[in-house]
Amino acid sequence: MPMPDNLEAQGLTEEEYGRIVRILERDPTPTELGMFSGMWSEHCSYKSSRVHLEKLPTQGDRVLQGPGENAGAIDIGDGLAVVFKMESHNHPSFIEPYQGAATGVGGILRDIFTMGARPIAVMDSLRFGRPEAPRMSHLVGGVVAGIGGYGNCIGIPTVGGEVAFHSCYDGNILVNAFALGVVSKDRIFRARASGVDNPVIYVGSSTGRDGIHGATMASAAFGSGGEERRPTVQVGDPFTEKLLLEACLELMRTDYVVAIQDMGAAGLTSSSAEMAARGGVGLEIDIGKVPRREEGMTPYEVMLSESQERMLLVVREGCEEPVFEIFHKWDLQVELLGRVTGDGFLTVLDGEQTVARIPARALTDEAPRYQRPTAAPDADHPGARAVSLSDISEPADLGRVLERLVTSPNLCSRRWVVEQYDYSVRTNTVLPPGGDAALLRLKGTHRGLAMSVDCNARWCFLDPKLGAAHAVAEAARNLSCVGAEPVGLTDCLNFGNPEHPKTMWQFEKAIEGMAEACRALNIPVVSGNVSFYNETAGQDIHPTPMVAMVGVMENVERHAVSHFTSDGDIVLLVGETREELGGSEYLATEHQREQGSPPGLDLERERTVQEIVREGVRRGQVRSAHDLSDGGLGVALAECCITGPSLHGADLDLQDDLRADVALFSESASRVLISGSAEAIGHLESDCASRGIPCRRLGKIGGGRLRIRHAGSLRIDLDVAKLRNAWSGAFAALVGETVGAGEGT
Amino acid sequence: MKFAVVVFPGSNCDHDVYYVLKKVLNQGTIFVWHQSTDLCGADAVILPGGFSYGDYLRSGAVARFSPIMKAVEAFARKGGLVLGICNGLQILLESGLLPGAMLRNRSLKFVCREVGLRVENAETPFTRCLRVGDRLRIPVAHADGNYTADEETLRRLEGEGQIVLRYCDEEGRTVPESNPNGSARNIAGICNAQRNVLGMMPHPERCSEVVLGNDSGRAIFSSMIESLAQAAH
Repeated sequence: MPMPDNLEAQGLTEEEYGRIVRILERDPTPTELGMFSGMWSEHCSYKSSRVHLEKLPTQGDRVLQGPGENAGAIDIGDGLAVVFKMESHNHPSFIEPYQGAATGVGGILRDIFTMGARPIAVMDSLRFGRPEAPRMSHLVGGVVAGIGGYGNCIGIPTVGGEVAFHSCYDGNILVNAFALGVVSKDRIFRARASGVDNPVIYVGSSTGRDGIHGATMASAAFGSGGEERRPTVQVGDPFTEKLLLEACLELMRTDYVVAIQDMGAAGLTSSSAEMAARGGVGLEIDIGKVPRREEGMTPYEVMLSESQERMLLVVREGCEEPVFEIFHKWDLQVELLGRVTGDGFLTVLDGEQTVARIPARALTDEAPRYQRPTAAPDADHPGARAVSLSDISEPADLGRVLERLVTSPNLCSRRWVVEQYDYSVRTNTVLPPGGDAALLRLKGTHRGLAMSVDCNARWCFLDPKLGAAHAVAEAARNLSCVGAEPVGLTDCLNFGNPEHPKTMWQFEKAIEGMAEACRALNIPVVSGNVSFYNETAGQDIHPTPMVAMVGVMENVERHAVSHFTSDGDIVLLVGETREELGGSEYLATEHQREQGSPPGLDLERERTVQEIVREGVRRGQVRSAHDLSDGGLGVALAECCITGPSLHGADLDLQDDLRADVALFSESASRVLISGSAEAIGHLESDCASRGIPCRRLGKIGGGRLRIRHAGSLRIDLDVAKLRNAWSGAFAALVGETVGAGEGT
Repeated sequence: MKFAVVVFPGSNCDHDVYYVLKKVLNQGTIFVWHQSTDLCGADAVILPGGFSYGDYLRSGAVARFSPIMKAVEAFARKGGLVLGICNGLQILLESGLLPGAMLRNRSLKFVCREVGLRVENAETPFTRCLRVGDRLRIPVAHADGNYTADEETLRRLEGEGQIVLRYCDEEGRTVPESNPNGSARNIAGICNAQRNVLGMMPHPERCSEVVLGNDSGRAIFSSMIESLAQAAH
């Protein structure tokens, strides 16, 4: 058979081309080849990940919609559901940070309102290279401004997220966007076309050449000159998306809509093929009717354009007029493209001429699936090199170490970032960003919704299974600290090149770890996204399986904050600190070592600790609860003192027989720092005792200094006001800014 | 009482202010679409925050030409209460109902933060429940909040008591450090000479409920309700 010479540019292998020919029983037209290329790309088809993803638990009493739709849905009671998902926009953001990040937010929001849910929250999880790496401050500034630019304009608050820096992202940053919406549970819309002859309608922005083959780009590694791919980055228009959002939600209050899907990766091709395949029907569309913003576009370009802010709908026959009326009210372009057919084919016409005719399922369900080879890391992998305390000298001035950690790129205040995001629009934000989890009230109920996104990629690099399990455990612990019960999660699995067996091994192990933690903590995975080929010039990023988790509380007023609130309160450490410096922030920052095994994780204990904390918060006895993570107990104590609206000192004694730096900076799991009245703490202590969880009173809140004793001597004695100033100004300095007048208060 | 919340394409604080008026303060409240030409008998009008027309061209510059703005202008001229919040203030400036203009924030970045405000004039229908010198904490969230006007206008605003709210620090001092956007004379809110039109950058609707951790914005709405009740007698 004659093989087209541009196969490699299409991201297809010869074997895949052969498969296409067998399906069609003929050679594909150029348009068809492009459609297969988009739909069989890693980004759209999950061809390397599918066999592994099936191991994740997706069932649960509250699950209304699991993976496979535009987003997952969870029943939260009172007849309401939350719909949420997370997605990556890594490659576009590295090429053009503002638009890449902005359209990442736009795309994830469409996934939510496509389901009929009104989006009420966005979170973002960002990974950058070393601040001093080339272009990095430009990338940080551009990504943050892009996320803000889109979310602020459309009016959905960015309520949380995380930012971390590591050299493994120098040439491949990560921009993962999460969105959550609320909908009546009996009004969830799905993308399942049905009803022969029902009209197929296009609405939103006109189609241009932007983003053509974005899905294929996201499925290839970068060489050194990613800028050449700039034309594949889409440009966002949040104003049009706002109109689209309001118009779609208005339309969904009627009963005209049969199916609806946004045009994301692979644009019109994916939306039409997926709606048809899910519904087991065909679609016939005439792309001559697609509104264009450029002259002379080929059918290939129209079918693969990733122009933003566009939706495809199937509506009930005869309802075209009122549907058009609603879209016209919102000043949106709307066109009738075609009809649902019964033949199972996606038929694309350009006027009279047929330019593509493909069985819809061939583009989706029948995409190739690969069980790619895996290979365990070499024996000298840093994860296999245990940390021996005798190699790590104990610093004399631990106060200085704590200061350095608290002002380090990964632990300093994120205020420079979060203040560029509107986090309070929609008036649901109960806790501003910066605590363990975001907390929103749910209007019309007493309930609260909490959410958190987490992943320690250093741990995942050292031990992908354990690291990924920790990501799940930590996200759940963060929710429990504000008082919410975890009910579901979405993930965004960022990995290197799947054609590298070592990357596939990391992926396989990470899934095993996540699955194990989800089962133990009883948290289903309802949606997610895989981003492979995060590789530049042959170097894969650290495996970074981000976990975004959602929790619910019955009474939103019964929540805890993460910082100290009242002088005189007792500080209690729930859980146990062990000698576990492997993979710690302390080891990396102070000793320039990234090695060893991450801390152990006993999921049964984790679950019990979280239950105790949640019950304490629910009883109203816990004034603050803070999860211990990066930087261990020392950093957590400092954060409790300096991150709240009022400063607090504390007088503490660690009372353990570990080495002082271990006691302060070990990152042992399943630990929470609590503050409350003597009576409240007494109650928690008896809960811990009866359930076999160690806990220890460390001291009292008060004064203007953080004083920590260990083994009879005062090891840390810091002025909290000074510490706060250093912590809060450090981020601006990282991106080369000084804090100007008016930005300091 | 009947409040009208005007909805422009791109308004995004319309639901928020509606919720406070209707559900928290139990006032009759309606949405009015920007294409409408009458205010449906409303006693007061709110121009909410957001990004009307995407802030394209210049914030507020397109919205001022919406059909409803003729009705709002006529309503204001007859002494009706009009409150513009954030983008609402930008629209009031563009339409000439208030003097001056907005520049990009001095930092050139969007800023979302709770700021301190000092009440400078308590004899307006929007501040009658407050006292001069009271300190409020209200969130701002904008990219174009750097208020500017020529010296003569600023002097007049000052002299006539039209500066209603100013950014201040914890001690109530209106120092440069307390100014989140670089606005002239730390101006956060101004009214017209007749006192019936107020525009403010901070968002009182975002802090009118205890569950949100702060209800100091409620005084602005309570003042309006009191003023309307008094006028009705």
